[in-house]
Amino acid sequence: MATALSPQWRVTMADLKGKVDPDWCPGCGDFGVLAAVEKALVELQIPNHEVVTISGIGCSSNFPGFINTYGMHTLHGRALAVATGVKLANHDLTVLVTGGDGDGFGIGGNHFMHTMRRNVDLLYIVMDNQIYGLTTGQTSPTSRVGMKTKSMPFGNIESPVNPISLALAAGATFVARGFSGEQKHLTELIKQGIRHKGFSFLDVFSPCVTYNHDNTYQWLRPRMKKLEDDSAFDSADWLAAMEKSLIWGDEIPIGKFFERTDLPALHAAEPVLNAGALVHSAPRIEENVVRTFIAELM
Amino acid sequence: MKRTFAIGIGGAAGQGVATPGDIFAKIFIRRGLHLNAYNAYQSIIRGGHTFLTIRTGPEKVMNMGDRIDLLIPLNQDAMDRHLGLLGDGAACIFNADTIKTGSAADGVQLCPLPVSRLADITRNKVAQNTLAVGAALSMTGIGFQALEEVLTEQFKKKGDAVVAENVGIARAGYDYASANFKPFSWPLPRTENRYAVLSGNIAMAMGGAAAGVKFYCAYPMSPSTGVLHWMAAHARKAGIMVRQVEDEIGVVNMAIGAAHAGVRSMCATSGGGFALMSEGLGLSAMMETPVVVIDCQRAGPSTGVPTKTEQGDLWQMLGAAFGDYPRAIACPLDIGDSFKIIAEIFNLADRFQCPGIVLSDLLLSEGRLSVDPKELDFAPVIDRGELITTPEANTNGGYKRYKITDSGISPRAIPGVAGYVHTAASDEHDEDGVLISDEFTNPAKRRAMMEKRMHKIEGIAAAVPPPELSGPRDADITLIGWGSTKGVIEEACEILTAQGIAANQLQIRWLVPLHGEAIVETLKSTRHTIIVENNYSGQFARYLRSETSFVPDGHIRKYDGEPFMPHHIVEAVKEQLSGKTKLSVPVHEVLV
Repeated sequence: MATALSPQWRVTMADLKGKVDPDWCPGCGDFGVLAAVEKALVELQIPNHEVVTISGIGCSSNFPGFINTYGMHTLHGRALAVATGVKLANHDLTVLVTGGDGDGFGIGGNHFMHTMRRNVDLLYIVMDNQIYGLTTGQTSPTSRVGMKTKSMPFGNIESPVNPISLALAAGATFVARGFSGEQKHLTELIKQGIRHKGFSFLDVFSPCVTYNHDNTYQWLRPRMKKLEDDSAFDSADWLAAMEKSLIWGDEIPIGKFFERTDLPALHAAEPVLNAGALVHSAPRIEENVVRTFIAELM
Repeated sequence: MKRTFAIGIGGAAGQGVATPGDIFAKIFIRRGLHLNAYNAYQSIIRGGHTFLTIRTGPEKVMNMGDRIDLLIPLNQDAMDRHLGLLGDGAACIFNADTIKTGSAADGVQLCPLPVSRLADITRNKVAQNTLAVGAALSMTGIGFQALEEVLTEQFKKKGDAVVAENVGIARAGYDYASANFKPFSWPLPRTENRYAVLSGNIAMAMGGAAAGVKFYCAYPMSPSTGVLHWMAAHARKAGIMVRQVEDEIGVVNMAIGAAHAGVRSMCATSGGGFALMSEGLGLSAMMETPVVVIDCQRAGPSTGVPTKTEQGDLWQMLGAAFGDYPRAIACPLDIGDSFKIIAEIFNLADRFQCPGIVLSDLLLSEGRLSVDPKELDFAPVIDRGELITTPEANTNGGYKRYKITDSGISPRAIPGVAGYVHTAASDEHDEDGVLISDEFTNPAKRRAMMEKRMHKIEGIAAAVPPPELSGPRDADITLIGWGSTKGVIEEACEILTAQGIAANQLQIRWLVPLHGEAIVETLKSTRHTIIVENNYSGQFARYLRSETSFVPDGHIRKYDGEPFMPHHIVEAVKEQLSGKTKLSVPVHEVLV
């Protein structure tokens, strides 16, 4: 930290180590996501004080406490709204939003949709374990039909959401899926998501070893099929991405589904921010402008 | 007593009630007159009934008053509803082709305009309105030139032909009135003063801009939407980021995000939207991120009466979000104060790193008032509190965002500043920001953090002065009000005093901190106290009692959606002094 201002300073894994160790259950998929985020930040050499990690509430939402960047641990479901405010007030910051499937697709569903269509420049990582963990095992918006949980002991009768299709339909400009058990691949997706100038959505299979006995590492691993291995697939093709997003069964695609770079991020589309980040702007309005405001009233 | 003149314009929504209102307002302020305008309207875009009251005079006019001097009904419905309000010396200008008169009181001058004879109504659909404005200008002794100027401005964009047509119609109305109607006994005076006319919503938006607000977001909701409209229209000139958000939950959280990143951040809503923001206020308090939320009260509960006024949200503000936390709640006393109070509450929110709430209501938010432009000070004191915005090489990771201090205030570093990396949390946390809500729960630390935050309440109280009694100290009656009722209570006191009942007033501007002890001390020497408020249950009376055990001698309450008129209070005071009742609920006689 002491050398943070020196030009020779390099970001290391040690800089990113949080004040406390994660309190996730041993074997939780979230450990892999945390490690991948740290590796991505080191590889991209982004100083930790220029990163804000923002979460809602849930097991995975404890993430900001376990990484040494600026962090905000906000309300259940509201991380994207808070993050939008942070980014618009200081668009020089790298904004990461972390959370779970219940936080993002359940209670936070409305903000999820609108943040995507606004193309806010941030990376949203959902640690999707298809279950509510911190509340001790209830059905989540991504739980499969038939899955038995404490809240649906006779099996889920509601269809799960498809986060990838949803993100594509809502206009996300970067859509990807990773697997906590595929570290290198996941790190690469995180780097791409951070670099993308717009809203990046990254759904990560992050198994819950305590409450989800259906979507385990053993269940997931053989099904993971990398989109990069399909040479015919073009991630600039939205329709092709939508088609791939519907594949679910013995094979489940992971990788980058879609990216477009022709749309400006929200902060870049607003002329008020042309002069630089809001946080650096002068508090007072110039007198000649004030005079026009008052003249309108007379 | 102050001399005033009030015009009432009634008609259906979409019939053009607003335009003549705007024209009168411009003419009055350019004549150096003060004015107060209140529009009683409905949640309908076309049809229904709208009744605009503009009251003017050479001295400050702080409420709609008791008397209509000139009624301009734009349809039969408006004539039928309001002719009965007119008394001796008043007049009614109306379209004789389409509107029949009813029976008017003695001394009321009926002024029928033969509209189709004076103007080509096939060409100009609002000719009756323009003719009436012309006639009114003649009868009030203002002269035609002032009207010609305003009409020229109004229609300039539509070209010379449109200007000429409208000026021509207005002239016809003016000349017809000069030849056929008796002028009012009090020609409107002229002064050298020049005022700005603005609504409370515009005042609060401008007050925000003056206070250095850089981020404003909202979801449209009557009667708060005017703040969003001003902000959106002036955002680029003022350098403010303005966003319309998907719901009020998103609004408050987005505002908190922007505030956390270091800018002054504000949002406005009404009771229903505020209910959605409640959890977010707790977040602001727990993360110690200052944010200012404006609540423009309307008649509730639920969707309630969206276009009607009430002071019914007080307990929602006092109880918003669970748990104990410091907050500041201000209720501006008039439209000029709505401007001023924003910078004041931002200074408190920033210094004490807690949410600030401004409690307005429809009467202030959408009412209009003349204000001396000097009162719109765009260089108020801006105190951002203990904010760290420059990097520090030598903190050695020792920065504690929630450091325990005597004042409860911990220096706040904003993201992006090297040397101060930390996490802010909605969960309870220790001085470092580490969660003590799950693995590291710790009763001693929890207690220390609660006490740290709550200590700020003492600082907030010291930063705000207690309310003061206005009027004679030795009075027969003391009227207590809060926020928007200031103007009408003031006038009621004047009327009572003129009638031999000496009255004074205690108007509350800060609901939190309340300064209960100072209030009780002030009220000790009073003879008869009555709390006046625009709600059913006496929300302020209950609050004052809960904080101080003080019980007033009586109550005047109104919850019909319309604001108090001075005579409502005067008559209620007399009723209570005679011992008839301790609770008066005045009847609103204007049929709106």
